[in-house]
Amino acid sequence: MRSRNLLALALAPLIAFPLIYSSARESPEPELKIQAFTNATIYPVSSPKIENATLLLKGDTIIAVGPSDQIDIPADAQRIDATGKTIIPGLICTHSHIGSVSGADSSSPIQPEVRVLDSIDVRDTSINKARAGGITTVNLMSGSGHLLSGQTLYLKLREGNTVEDLSIKLPDGSLAYGVKMANGTNSIRDNGPFPGTRAKSAALVRQKFLEAQVYQKKRAKHLEENDPEKTFERDLALETLADILDGKRTVHHHTHRHDDILTVLRLKEEFGFKVVLHHVSEAWKVADEIAAADVPCSLIFLDSPGGKLEARDFEWRNGAELEKRGVLTALHTDDPINDSRWFLRNAAIGVRAGMSREKALEALTLSGAKILDLDKSVGSLEPGKQADFVLLSGDPFSIYTRILETHIEGKQVFDLEDPQDRLFAEGGYGAGHNRQATGCCFYR
Amino acid sequence: MFKSLLLFLLSLSLTAAHAQIAVKADLLFTMTGDLKPIKNAIILCSPDGTIQAVGTDIQIPEGYQTLTVKVATPGIIDAHSTVGLSGILNSPKHDQEQLEKSAPIQPELRAIDAYNGRDPLVKWLRDLGVTTVHTGHAPGTLISGQLMVVKTNVPAITSLDDTLVPTSAVAATLGSSALSKSPGTRAKAIALLRAELLKAQAHARKISTAEADDEKDAPAPNIKLQILVDVLNKKTPLLINAQRHQDIASALRLREEFGFNLILDGAAEAYLLLEEIKAAGIPVIVHPTMGRPFGDLENMTFTLAAQLHQKGIPFAFQSGYETYVPKTRVVHFEAALAAAYGLPREIALAACTIYPAKILGLDDKIGSLAPGKHADLALFDGDPLETTTHTTHVIINGKLVSSTAK
Repeated sequence: MRSRNLLALALAPLIAFPLIYSSARESPEPELKIQAFTNATIYPVSSPKIENATLLLKGDTIIAVGPSDQIDIPADAQRIDATGKTIIPGLICTHSHIGSVSGADSSSPIQPEVRVLDSIDVRDTSINKARAGGITTVNLMSGSGHLLSGQTLYLKLREGNTVEDLSIKLPDGSLAYGVKMANGTNSIRDNGPFPGTRAKSAALVRQKFLEAQVYQKKRAKHLEENDPEKTFERDLALETLADILDGKRTVHHHTHRHDDILTVLRLKEEFGFKVVLHHVSEAWKVADEIAAADVPCSLIFLDSPGGKLEARDFEWRNGAELEKRGVLTALHTDDPINDSRWFLRNAAIGVRAGMSREKALEALTLSGAKILDLDKSVGSLEPGKQADFVLLSGDPFSIYTRILETHIEGKQVFDLEDPQDRLFAEGGYGAGHNRQATGCCFYR
Repeated sequence: MFKSLLLFLLSLSLTAAHAQIAVKADLLFTMTGDLKPIKNAIILCSPDGTIQAVGTDIQIPEGYQTLTVKVATPGIIDAHSTVGLSGILNSPKHDQEQLEKSAPIQPELRAIDAYNGRDPLVKWLRDLGVTTVHTGHAPGTLISGQLMVVKTNVPAITSLDDTLVPTSAVAATLGSSALSKSPGTRAKAIALLRAELLKAQAHARKISTAEADDEKDAPAPNIKLQILVDVLNKKTPLLINAQRHQDIASALRLREEFGFNLILDGAAEAYLLLEEIKAAGIPVIVHPTMGRPFGDLENMTFTLAAQLHQKGIPFAFQSGYETYVPKTRVVHFEAALAAAYGLPREIALAACTIYPAKILGLDDKIGSLAPGKHADLALFDGDPLETTTHTTHVIINGKLVSSTAK
């Protein structure tokens, strides 16, 4: 246990600044393991597919990717023959509710002070299942029953005892997260203080952001004056909104109907914040407007439309329509809406309805990394990036393809051959029970 | 009378106006015999809506509309759905007719009185290749009502002839989804069911006594008990949704006591009772492979279908009942995932064509492609189980009902 915590601490700087890592650095750390996955079909995503390729890692970092005959494998490297297998970057889910996450309560419709950080169960089986689904990075979000239901949290699905073990630190020392907002029918309720209409929803949000603008100015002035005599009364809610106005945090906005989508674009225009449109069921109706606003989207493909009024006109071609217009598009599971283990299949539906295979794979990986501002460290297989990758039995978009292994920062976190891991991958008696994370791989 | 005659003549003339359809398929799954596909096959549809000929050495007569496709299968059959009752909008009092919660036991509720074939989800499934659904009242109360079998081109039930089977099963549920105030426990649920079935036995006895003895009056008509009498007489099967192993065991115990025809539905933990289910000789309509692993389904496995197949237990796939999104699943998508988890591909296809037809007692009409059977076909531009494959055309009763290439 103790050594594990130390290990996590030792890794922390690497996690935050993977690009500055260099094997030449003087360090008391033990020699980092070099692993070579050879003879695989590799989709680096940032560059075209390579047949008969090798992925070379040192410690938690990728040091080379390329055709096997062009990669020099050091003599002390551990060689893993991946002949017949396919390697893709670890999948990035930009919108998930695994880890029995919760957010705001029913006391008010806007609760920016609430953090999902304080609710996550890292031992929940849904996290093991997500690893079995090839997911390595997630944006854990609270629900859509509020105009603003709280602060999200970006996690790497490392094995760990606390949510901090899984968290991602930004250069300023704070954790990486966004803010969850919603409009449309989910956040409309029968009783106040919740809005009863769409116009009221927008008015409540605008009023709150106007207050945050005042707070933002006050806070900026206080920091500028830098007077130790003066105290600054923090407001946890306004502080979060001011961070959004400062461009430090991204708004992840649940929205379905075309008019609701335009309302989000209008809010963005007025307050100038960074926003990602999530679900976007009617994206095909306002794809031009989304493209013109240069706003990224995170889509989900459901097996049928409907289930609620505003998802009636959901179409599978959303992905293709956005791709045509060059909109940065990621995908999400919205687990439990779509199980994390079917994430690859979700992208295959996008392909079915006209997305290119390249963009569909990008939507599962690099586009998600970009949307979460993590693309410097994850999302593709490139030297210098964190060694997050998935071994597949074949074509990423074939229904018959199985996820064989998932690796995060050079460590195996899922192995289909391991009986315990297989239980999480396929289900079976006990698959629904939380248990100590004795998973296959971390202790090996 | 005149109006219906006019409609009849009109429909005749429309039939005549449409060319008969011939399908040329690189690969044809007839789902007969060993289930292996035939290469370069031709199917001719006859004007009466049945299959005229299937084979490799068939000349397409002049005047036929020929569809050339990569893969053809029998029209997909969904062994258990609530489509047409649980509408796309999920709007209570408007399009949610699948579950009446005013009482725990209501077998008298007929599917034919609730079905809306014009709901967009019916079209959604039809465009994807589903030609027949076993649909009706959802799991969620002890006995929620009846099911029926209907083709997905039927917009409304104007007569019983619009269905393939107007009352195909009575839907029961054991387990936590059927528990509320009362029955509030599993034991109470079974006690209530047994009491109701005993009442039905008594009702049946009174009827036969009255039939045999003119002095005795027939019991007062009771539609609730009458349908349960049909269940006890094995005229209508009891489809019991049971996910946990103890609930499956309860279903078997009930069948043992009352001797009805049982169809096991959902059966997430059936892998714990393979011997018992096999010995009972009952079929299983497995929960959707993509069912959510919570509540009674927490121990579900994607390998269930493969395990049932290996054990030789008859089974079929279902789209099931969804309360939120997606509002309906697509049965061959569920079959496809089972194929990724150990089920042979042709068996996966059989379990959404000929296997459900057998379980529903309709394999003389649907589920396979042979002369005289209904000309229901789904046509694809690739492997029907691959997510990236499109359904290019759908044919019901020899008529093209979709060519949206979805």
